[in-house]
Amino acid sequence: MDILYFAWVRERIGVPRERIETSAATVSDLVAELRSREERYELAFSDLGSLRVAVDQELADFDASLAGVREVAFFPPMTGG
Amino acid sequence: MYVSVQDQPFDLGTVSAKFAEGHSNNGAIVTFTGLVRGGADDRLEAMEIEHYPGMTEAALNAMAENAINRFSLGDALIIHRYGRLVPGEMIMMVATAARHRKNAFEAAEFLMDYLKSRAPFWKREISDSGASWVASKDEDEDALSRW
Repeated sequence: MDILYFAWVRERIGVPRERIETSAATVSDLVAELRSREERYELAFSDLGSLRVAVDQELADFDASLAGVREVAFFPPMTGG
Repeated sequence: MYVSVQDQPFDLGTVSAKFAEGHSNNGAIVTFTGLVRGGADDRLEAMEIEHYPGMTEAALNAMAENAINRFSLGDALIIHRYGRLVPGEMIMMVATAARHRKNAFEAAEFLMDYLKSRAPFWKREISDSGASWVASKDEDEDALSRW
């Protein structure tokens, strides 16, 4: 599964994207798995309220299923316009 | 319908004139253009805009389609830039064409409200005191509730 990070999430984790092997069933499970890996993930995911997630390039909730998903992205609230 | 996510500048006059052609059934065209605003103390040197290639184009196409259906538009256009921009540069524009002005104005506001908080762009301000990510505003999120 490809995991993408944008804006300050990318800066805290240190890479724009990475490919990981995971059996996480939901986005929340994936976040828990990442947080347990290293301090930089813990730092990036410490406040889920300030994070948004996209699953296969569509905005999703943290309880979204990861079955069959190819790409998950984490980022702060968007500031377009 | 026209959607473009680009790092290059666009020519407002050329884009607007082209958009206004061939609308024998539409009586109203509204365009909105967003510029990089210098800070109150004029210390903003640049704005860097990051986006999510692939998702951005899909999100903007969906927004334009929604606006066309919801407001019975004859046409809609969204251009949004990314990369490094300096104060005064055009960041983005929307254009809407409708039979009457009310729908054209409302559709332009609808698109702007969605672009603010549902299009995957992130702005970073560069000033002589450093760089900082622009925080989202609650009022931008609240603005969606009226649609």
